[in-house]
Amino acid sequence: MLKFFFGRLLILIPTFIGVSIIAFAFIRLLPGDPVMLMSGERVMDPTRHAQIMHELGMDRPLVMQYLSYIGGILHGDFGTSIVTKRPIIQQFFALFPATLELSVCAIIFAIVLGIPAGVFAAIKRGSFFDQSVMGAALVGYSMPIFWWGLLLIILFSGILRWTPVSGRIDLLYFFPSVTGFMLIDSLLSGQKGAFTSALSHLILPTIVLGTIPLAVIARQTRSAMLEVLSEDYVRTARAKGLSPFRVVGIHALRNAMIPVITTIGLQVGVMLAGAILTETIFSWPGIGKWMVDSVFKRDYPVIQGGLLLIAAIIMIVNLIVDLLYGLVNPRIRH
Amino acid sequence: MADTTAKTASSLDEMSPRRRQLAEFWFYFSENKGAVIGLWFFVALVVVALLAPLIAPHEPYQQYRDAVLVPPVWQDGGRWEFLLGTDAVGRDILSRLLFGARYSLFIGIVVTAIALVVGILVGVVAGYFRGWVDTVIMRLMDIILAFPSLLLALTLVAVLGPGLDNAMIAIALVYQPHFVRLTRAAVMSEKTRDYVVAARVAGAGPLRLMFRTILPNCMAPLIVQATLSFSNAILDAAALGFLGMGAQPPTPEWGTMLAEAREFILRAWWVVTLPGLAILITVLAINVMGDGLRDALDPKMKRS
Repeated sequence: MLKFFFGRLLILIPTFIGVSIIAFAFIRLLPGDPVMLMSGERVMDPTRHAQIMHELGMDRPLVMQYLSYIGGILHGDFGTSIVTKRPIIQQFFALFPATLELSVCAIIFAIVLGIPAGVFAAIKRGSFFDQSVMGAALVGYSMPIFWWGLLLIILFSGILRWTPVSGRIDLLYFFPSVTGFMLIDSLLSGQKGAFTSALSHLILPTIVLGTIPLAVIARQTRSAMLEVLSEDYVRTARAKGLSPFRVVGIHALRNAMIPVITTIGLQVGVMLAGAILTETIFSWPGIGKWMVDSVFKRDYPVIQGGLLLIAAIIMIVNLIVDLLYGLVNPRIRH
Repeated sequence: MADTTAKTASSLDEMSPRRRQLAEFWFYFSENKGAVIGLWFFVALVVVALLAPLIAPHEPYQQYRDAVLVPPVWQDGGRWEFLLGTDAVGRDILSRLLFGARYSLFIGIVVTAIALVVGILVGVVAGYFRGWVDTVIMRLMDIILAFPSLLLALTLVAVLGPGLDNAMIAIALVYQPHFVRLTRAAVMSEKTRDYVVAARVAGAGPLRLMFRTILPNCMAPLIVQATLSFSNAILDAAALGFLGMGAQPPTPEWGTMLAEAREFILRAWWVVTLPGLAILITVLAINVMGDGLRDALDPKMKRS
């Protein structure tokens, strides 16, 4: 197991170096040089320009610049934002809990609905339930989620007035951020109504972000379940006279979950991409909206750092999924 | 000489098996009713896109100052000249949607074509030569796949500048690793088959082996992936348009139309609902079609 772990870790290193080269090269691809970008449209006197280039180390060879960039990253220095002048890593950690909270809720939403739906669709193969679930899953899978979010806002915020349109909590409530997770912080604050407010802000974004993972998980669970249900050992379990609940719930489900776990792991990338759209629609102050805002403000160091951090998160999550997969399915390890 | 005679003989022989293959494909494809409906919808969409200037009741950019935010015809205040209503500057939504079909199909075709061609070229080379070429290519693909596709496309567009052309290039670049991986895997499994060895012994060069002998037998997964890319490209391009980084207003691209309509969501439902519905139905039709293609082309799924 340990060997398997280090093997996987070793593959990650060249990929991470490549990712960092791309993030580094990214700013170089821009027309003009970084100093001109930072100064905006203003005209700059050439000696001053050269001086700043020197101060920023931009006049050194590219390889040296890359090495000092990567050296900074290894010390946790991802540069500073042009717009806010604050360290990128600090902003990232301030905003990341919001995205994490939303993503975790969305993936729980998708798992809690998707796995049972897929299991029952497989058991009742060809039934009306099966067909409706698979039809709905196809629609969900094809959904432009930015539009889906707007539709839910029209219905639940506009017509029914059940949920707020944007943000994480009502402005009425104010309490210190302890964990960064609004649901936990609002509970800890002990203020009346704070938790309900946080929850009602979270519902629509969760549904929007969870829709595609939900559809994918339901489809994957169904097909994995169908495959497992036709196996000999399931027939044996049935023949032994075990209750259908035991056969399906214990014997079949455990093995059907193996591909489903991989699918869930793969959804992390989907979620982070989805967070860009979901957070924009609901003005959710997370890293997705941060990236979009930075693109609009042309805050290149932030785009660069954010790209690298997000890729690193996805790589780490994929590593964890791989390891889990190795734990659940010993065959993979060899 | 020997090669040419063999070729004419084989092409004569091929005629009927080709047709048989096609008939067999259609047999399995048409078993999936949804896929057939998806196919017909797609054909209808292509016709609409081609004939848009003829069938659209208005010019897509024409602004009717006296008809701002007119609701669809079945609602109070609707007008017969604007069947699906008008937007905030008085443009006919139906006409814009019909012209939008052109953009969506164009995006799907261009993105899929670039991703497919580049992906196949790179994938065949990686799978055929193996060794360090393969390692370098696959690590590069891993790097691209390490980023969420929409985020990478968004940042690429930020570098290249917003616009539909750059959005398409960015999306194609992000999709192409999937084709590389599929092609490489298929080439590797085909390479050691007897017919390839036979062709090599007969004196076929690497290029001929790669593209004439091996590639045609690897097409099934690529076709399925291509339909997936087609629908995803439409979604992602619309998403970029929605974020203001894809097609720019006043282009009647569906995602861009949605972005322009955002501020009216609580006042005029039709401005927001209809472009999104067009995206959803188009993507759904292509995905349903893709499911049917997969079932028909995947030998494992076939019941003999």
